[in-house]
This record gives sequence, structure tokens and C-alpha cells, in this order.
Amino acid sequence: MTEKENSTERKIVTPGEVILSGNDYLPGEGTEKIGNDIVAFRYGLAEEINRLVKVIPLSGVYHPRRGNVVIGKINNITFNGWLMDIGSPDNAFLSVAEYPKFVHKSELDMVMNIGDMAVAKIKEVNRKAVDLTMRLKGLGRIDEGIIIQVNPNKVPRIIGKEGSMINLIKEETGCNITVGQNGFIWMKGDSIEKELFAKKAIMFVTEKSFVSGLTEEIKKWFEKEKNHPSMADLKEKK
Amino acid sequence: MTTFKRTDGRKLDETREMKAKVGIVPNADGSAMFSFGDTIAIAAVYGPKKMHPQHLQDSEKGTLRCNYNMLSFSVTDRIKPGPSRRSMEIGKITEWALSPVVMIDQFPNTVVDVHINIIQANASTRCAGINAAAMALAHAGIPMKDMVSSISIGKLDKTLVVDVSKAEEDWEDGEGATDIPMSFTHNGELTHIQLDGKIKREQLKEAIEMARKATQKVYELQKKALKETVE
Repeated sequence: MTEKENSTERKIVTPGEVILSGNDYLPGEGTEKIGNDIVAFRYGLAEEINRLVKVIPLSGVYHPRRGNVVIGKINNITFNGWLMDIGSPDNAFLSVAEYPKFVHKSELDMVMNIGDMAVAKIKEVNRKAVDLTMRLKGLGRIDEGIIIQVNPNKVPRIIGKEGSMINLIKEETGCNITVGQNGFIWMKGDSIEKELFAKKAIMFVTEKSFVSGLTEEIKKWFEKEKNHPSMADLKEKK
Repeated sequence: MTTFKRTDGRKLDETREMKAKVGIVPNADGSAMFSFGDTIAIAAVYGPKKMHPQHLQDSEKGTLRCNYNMLSFSVTDRIKPGPSRRSMEIGKITEWALSPVVMIDQFPNTVVDVHINIIQANASTRCAGINAAAMALAHAGIPMKDMVSSISIGKLDKTLVVDVSKAEEDWEDGEGATDIPMSFTHNGELTHIQLDGKIKREQLKEAIEMARKATQKVYELQKKALKETVE
């Protein structure tokens, strides 16, 4: 355990691997204490903050949590709401009561039909289902722009520390971007070129998600891309 | 003992060249390849996802479902594609070998599908399959208590050897060949053992110890492969 001196050092662990030994540490998410050792219970990056050891997952399907903003596809319409596919094992339910405007029960499909994409927030996760709400700013049906899907585990890197990364991308591309915690990203700009440029930037972030100092890296990338001849017309429009 | 020679000149406790790679099926939630010499297994994991049909759902815990499939071109004589008695048995065995470590009780009403395909076979396919499946499950982010590593021990006449090949499996001299596939967690706990043939009790104990030692090498390789995918 030579990495012990640098406590913030992250390393990749596999299931069953001993992360740290000794009574100084507490087991967090994805770990358990067996005897004197903190053992990883899943594959991911191990991290130690204030003596709490946890494993940050690198892969796997999306697990809904309360308060997450998600983007999903309307899957089905029931008598009192919509069912949405948000990429988790369970379908998410959006009740008419949680829609910002009054909707008559016979007109559900006029507001949002099967196949439509929408932004919603997770109100509650219970054992049987996920409940959504739209009674907040920025939520609702998606009418224009482009939506891409990325690995949900890379969403924290796309957002960055306190939104630093996503704000930089928004500023540089001039697009309005909504990142769903389930890995769907909605981009809306005044032209398709700008939207595609934003997509390119996000793809770059997901590919380089293991580089430290990524915000600096992306700044350099924007410098380089902006000077590229194919970007000339984009600059003009800006 | 000193005069015993293996068909390919390996030492008694020497495995064939092992290779492992993670993340080879882009559309799967997790995937891995594992090979013992000419035996190559590919495992792809999908899920946890909602179990269909609904009557198979378990509201107490999730379900692990393994599907073993040998591709028709994997052996010299073309084998008939599709499920067979043998492939169903091995699928079930793989499930049992992995279920002690996989913690899917956190995902009720769901299923984790593991698809194992043998693209080239030269004996010990189920061991390669279990090794690949364990790596793919870890790669899919499924919570696991430990990794599972598998190896086969062969008894050729009276001698124990590690990692049997096809030529050794067909051994006919003396007492003939007995194949004993076994799976261990990296802590040395046995999760699966099969025996088809005859062996003395003392010698079986010896074989288990031999396998336990050999799986450590397999575990190291699995760990290495999982760590390498990120760099």
C-alpha cells in the first residue's frame, strides 16, 4: 500500500479486492468491512475522502435516485398519466397531477404522445416504481434540438465540479444543454451546426473522462477546433 | 511420475497460454473474452433489466440467467447450432458457479442475462466461459462479493494435470482420463466442482489443492484485464 500517503489518489479496483486495511477507515458505497480490511464489492474507482472509502462505478445501467433530472421517452399512456422509459430496469411514471398545466384525462395524448421525448425530475423512488414530476422550471416535452446518449456513469464528468464543464461547453458552443442523469443529453442551439459542435465536445469529454484536469484539456480543444477551417461559418454566425 | 509426459510438453501444473480482455461487445452493459490456448470464450452481460414474462419475476431478489452456446464452427466437426442438453447443463452450472458471489438481491423483479459464446473449442470450455462471465459481470457494474476463477484438473492414468486440452481429454492409456472442472473465489472458496470419472478420495483432495493454486494465476489475469480497460 504505497499509495496510502496520497489519500485522494484514485485507483481501479475489482470485486473482492482489498482497498485499504486497518481500523482507520470506514466502508462507504460499494465496499464492506471484512475483518480488518475494506473490500471492494464492485468494479470501479476507489476513493478515500475523510477516512470514508467508496467505489465510484465506471459502468453499469442507470439507477434512479430522488432528485435526478432525467430525459426519457414516453412509453405508454395510462388513464391518469404517462409511462416513461428512462433507461433503468423499472419504468417511470408521470402522473397528470405532476404536469404543470391542467390536462383532461381524455387528452393525455394531445399533450405528450407515445414516442415523444421529455425532461422530468424524479420525485420519488419506491420499491415498485419511479415517480416523476414536471412541476419545475426547465422540465417538459422536448420539441427541437438533438438528443444523444452517453454512458450514465460519465455524466458527473460532463457536468464537472459545480457545473464547470457543462457551463464551459454551453458558453463555447452557444447551445442550451440539458444533461439527464440517465445519460441522455439534450442540446438546443440556433443552428444545427452549433448543436453538432456541442455533441462533438461532449463526445470528446466522454472519451477523455479519465484524464485529470479535464476542464483545462477541453479549453485547449476548443481553441484548436475554433481555428479549424470547417468551423469558420460557425464563427461567423456567432 | 518422472516419466510422465503431457501431449503438448507442458509441466503438470502449467496452464496453456491464457488471455483475457474486457469490453469487447460494444452494445452490452459488460463483456469479456477469456481464452485457454485454443479455447476462446466470449461473455456478454445485459442488465439488470426487467424480467419478462412477468410470472418469472422474483419480488424478493433478482435472477441470474446464463446462456452457454457453442458456435457451430468452434470444433473440427461442425456441431448442430442451437440449444442442446449439454449447453443447457453448462449454462445452469455457470449460474450456480457465479450465484454465490453475485449480489443481485438488491434488484428485485429484474434479470441479469449472461450470454457465453464459445467461438473456438479445445476442451475446458466451461472454465473459460465462467472466467469470461465473471469478468463481464464485474465490467457491467454488478455488485459482487468476489471474483470467480475456474480451471479444470485432469487425471490422466494416475497423474494429475492442470488445464486439460482436447488431446488429453481423450487419453486412453491406463485408467484413462478424468476431467474435474472447478471454480474458486480468490479467497479460495469452492463455488463449483464437477467430476466425471473415477478418482480416489485422497487424490481428489490433492486435485482441489492443485486447482486452488492454479486459479490464483487466473484471478491475477482477470484482475489485470479489468484494470487495463480504463487506461
